[in-house]
This record gives sequence, C-alpha cells and structure tokens, in this order.
Amino acid sequence: MKWSVKGKGSLETLLPWFIPLLLIIGWQILSWTGAIPERILPAPSQIVEAAVGLMVTGELYDHISISLSRALVGFLIGGVIGFLFGLFNGIFRFADLFFDTSIQMLRNIPHLALIPLVILWFGIGETSKIFLVALGVLFPVYINTYHGIKSVEKNLIEMGKAYGLKGKALFWHVILPGAMSSILVGIRFSLGVMWLTLIVAETISAQSGIGYMAMNAREFMQMDVIVLSIVIYALFGKLSDVIARYFERKLLKWNS
Amino acid sequence: MRAVGGKGINVHIKAVKKSYDARNVLNGLDLKIKEGEFVSIVGKSGCGKSTLLRLIAGLEGCDGGEINLNETQLEGLNDQARMMFQDGRLLPWKRVLENVCLGLPANSKQKAMEALTQVGLKDRVQDFPSKLSGGQKQRVALARALVHDPSLLLLDEPLGALDALTRLEMQGLIESLWKQRKFTAILVTHDVEEAVAISDRVVLIDHGKIYLNQPIPLPRPRQRTNPAFSMYVEEILDRIMNRKSKKNYSMILNQETQSFLDSINN
Repeated sequence: MKWSVKGKGSLETLLPWFIPLLLIIGWQILSWTGAIPERILPAPSQIVEAAVGLMVTGELYDHISISLSRALVGFLIGGVIGFLFGLFNGIFRFADLFFDTSIQMLRNIPHLALIPLVILWFGIGETSKIFLVALGVLFPVYINTYHGIKSVEKNLIEMGKAYGLKGKALFWHVILPGAMSSILVGIRFSLGVMWLTLIVAETISAQSGIGYMAMNAREFMQMDVIVLSIVIYALFGKLSDVIARYFERKLLKWNS
Repeated sequence: MRAVGGKGINVHIKAVKKSYDARNVLNGLDLKIKEGEFVSIVGKSGCGKSTLLRLIAGLEGCDGGEINLNETQLEGLNDQARMMFQDGRLLPWKRVLENVCLGLPANSKQKAMEALTQVGLKDRVQDFPSKLSGGQKQRVALARALVHDPSLLLLDEPLGALDALTRLEMQGLIESLWKQRKFTAILVTHDVEEAVAISDRVVLIDHGKIYLNQPIPLPRPRQRTNPAFSMYVEEILDRIMNRKSKKNYSMILNQETQSFLDSINN
C-alpha cells in the first residue's frame, strides 16, 4: 500500500519531464543519423560539450552571473516601484487621481521601443539594461497590485474596522493578504517580461551576458553556443516560474 | 479604543432618519431597548431593518435623530457593540484561532481558545475557514464577536444562510450565551419563528418606522408546539403582510402585551 502511494508521487513529479526528455532523445538520434544537418541544428551532445568547454574557461559562469544580476537588479527596482505605486494608488484616492492616468499612458508604450533612446541616454553599459528590465517589470506589478487592492472585499474591510482595526493593522491583516493573489499574478507575469527584455537588450547592445554570448557566437557560426544560450534562457524561465509557484503555494495556502 | 464592558447596555434610538439618494429608509424611528434585553427586528426586505442595525453599530451615521447608549450619544464606530454578519466575514487567509484573535491584544490566545471552546470548535482552531461548514463558520464569527465581551451584540441575519437544523442549533447556542453573559442583543431576521423563539420582544419595521412592538412573554426554553407560540408567529406574520388578523386573539394578545409594555416602560 505504502509503496503504491510513493510510486504515484514520484510518477507525478516525473511525468511533466517526459516530453522534454523524449524530444532530446529523438533530436539526438536524428542528429546521429544525419537527418538534422549539423549546421542547421547541432546535436544535444554537442551542446553539452560546448557548455562544458565554456564552463572550463569560466566564460559561461561570467555570462550567466552578469545576466542574472541584471535580471535581478532590474526586477527589484521595477518591482518595488510598481508595487509601491500600486499600493498607494490603490489605497489613497489622491494618489490614484494624481498618478494613475499618467502611468496608464506610459504603460501603453512598448518599452522595447525605447531601446534606441535608452542607448543614446545610457550608452550600452549596465544602466541601459537595468533600466529596460525595470521599466518592463514595473507595469505588470503595478497593474496587478493596484487591481488587487481595489478588489479586496469591501465587506471584509468594513468588518475589520468594526472589530477595531485601523491604519497599519487593517493593512497587514486585511488589505495586503486580500490583494496577495493578484500581486503574485503580477510578479509571475513580470518574471516573463524580465527575461524577454533582458534577452532583447543583451542581444542588441551588450558586451557580456548570455544574449551577447549568442550574438558573438553568430559571428563565428558557433551553432552549439547559440542553441546553448537559448537552452539557458529556457531553464532560467522555468526556474523563475518554479520560484514564483513556491511563493504562491506558501502565501496562498489558505486558498487550496 | 475604549474597553468593551461585560454587561448589557441601554439603547435609546430617537427619531432616527436615514436616506440613500433621496430614498428614505428610516423615517424618524424611535426605539428603546433595555440592558440585557433580546430584541428581534423583522420586516419585509428593504424595510430598513439592516440599515438600523448598521446605524447602531456606527458603521454609518444617521441623517437625523440620535442613538444613545446608556445616555451617551453614539458618535463614530460603536466600540461597545460587536456585529455578526450574515455572510460571516471571516478572513479566509487566517486560521480559525487567528480570526477570533482579530483586533485583540497580542496575548489573547487563551481568551480566544475559551471563546472557541464555548461555541464547540475547540478542535478546529488550526483550520482555515474554507475547511468549515456554513454553521461552523458562523460559530467562529460568534466566538469572534463574544471574545470582545461586548455589552451589545448585533446580529444581522446571521443564520439566514444556514439549513434548518443548524439554524435551530445556533439559535440555542446564541440564547444560552446571551443568558449566561447578559449582554443586550438585537437580531435582524426575516424568520418570524426564529424571532419569537429567541427574543423578549419583536419589533416590526415598515416604511421606516416601528409598526409593531410585540413583547413575547413566553417562558424559556420555548416550545414551538405551544399554541401561544404559533399565535404570536401568526399575529406578527399577519402584520408584516398587512393582512387582517383572521382570528380574534389579537385582542387578547394586545391586552396581555399592553400590561407588559407598561411594565417595561415604567
């Protein structure tokens, strides 16, 4: 009995990886047989080789760490600004009237369209990439925080007041937890925007990072390094999703 | 915040008016409730009974008249009262115990546990509200209200959404806690039988005024099979529906209740 329960649990964790694994095996076999030419798509084994080679020289580590730090710093700056604006505009009517219209106007500009401007302003240094990531992350966090706070049930707020909560206590016990699921949706969405922005920014204007590594490899026709960069982005995308889900489970466990 | 007292309180409502967008809901309503009394307010939906309760709770202000609590005029939130809502309004992200601790000082776990024990939910304190049945949720809401030792308990159709059996159980629970703690209680309900079963007096509101003020001098615990019980229910229902009393006992009732009314008003 115990065994079957355990077996079911591990099957559930393994099953999602079945398709990716099958794809990689099929891809490897097709490469071996020559059905996929090497200059179109290198075999998985060659990509692993490229990864090992770049790891040995330390190049891969450098590129990954610089990309991660850009992503993280940009995300934190944009996320905090978006969260705070969402909070204040959601709670205070004055802030709402004062800021929301302007933010809504800015939100509708595709932030990637600003790349030429940003390069002229900040050059191709770190600031330009962090600025773009922060700008991209800001709006989804803002919108969802704002919406989350606006949609906290009025009944619960009234109840909190009737039971003597006000100011800070009302915020921590009622308003913030009530808005939390919406805020987390915003964060999860903005993680996607974060990677997208970073990839584009690094591909167009950078001298380090994974996007740069891919563009550089293109000049030398290093297909394996290009595909490796794409795989790394996929893995990081999945990783950030896992982290976001972890926080959702932890913070919203009352909802399950 | 002022400490909430343990004993009942006199509530005196004087010529209270309330309107929303030019629609008059309460039209100069007068009502006196003595400390420790259990009063039910009935009436058609939209008659203003819930509005009156919200005014007494201080969730909204009066447009005219005043509400006095032991001769002190109510301003802002009524911190001597605690309200139980029809939809429970537990915080879904807090466990049962944390819900009951809401608005209490940090070291009140013990008190909250006692309140939960009184409503028979001692073993569910660590559950989230989503795991509870409708009746259990209202028990938690009751514990949350009583843990503050209110001198006035306001009940806004708290049993309206429950099934008949759970409702009877809850009525018994509320009645026994009321007897034990001696707070003043005001129950808004659309269930006339419930009102007659549980209260000292049933007040009928119509067109924003008191239309009937009917003491229920039946002994407790009340038997629903008692002919007098159904007499009261029918009498009040007739008045709600604006029907002429089919039977003649309204005369008897009025004599009996008039003397009761005189006794409490003097």
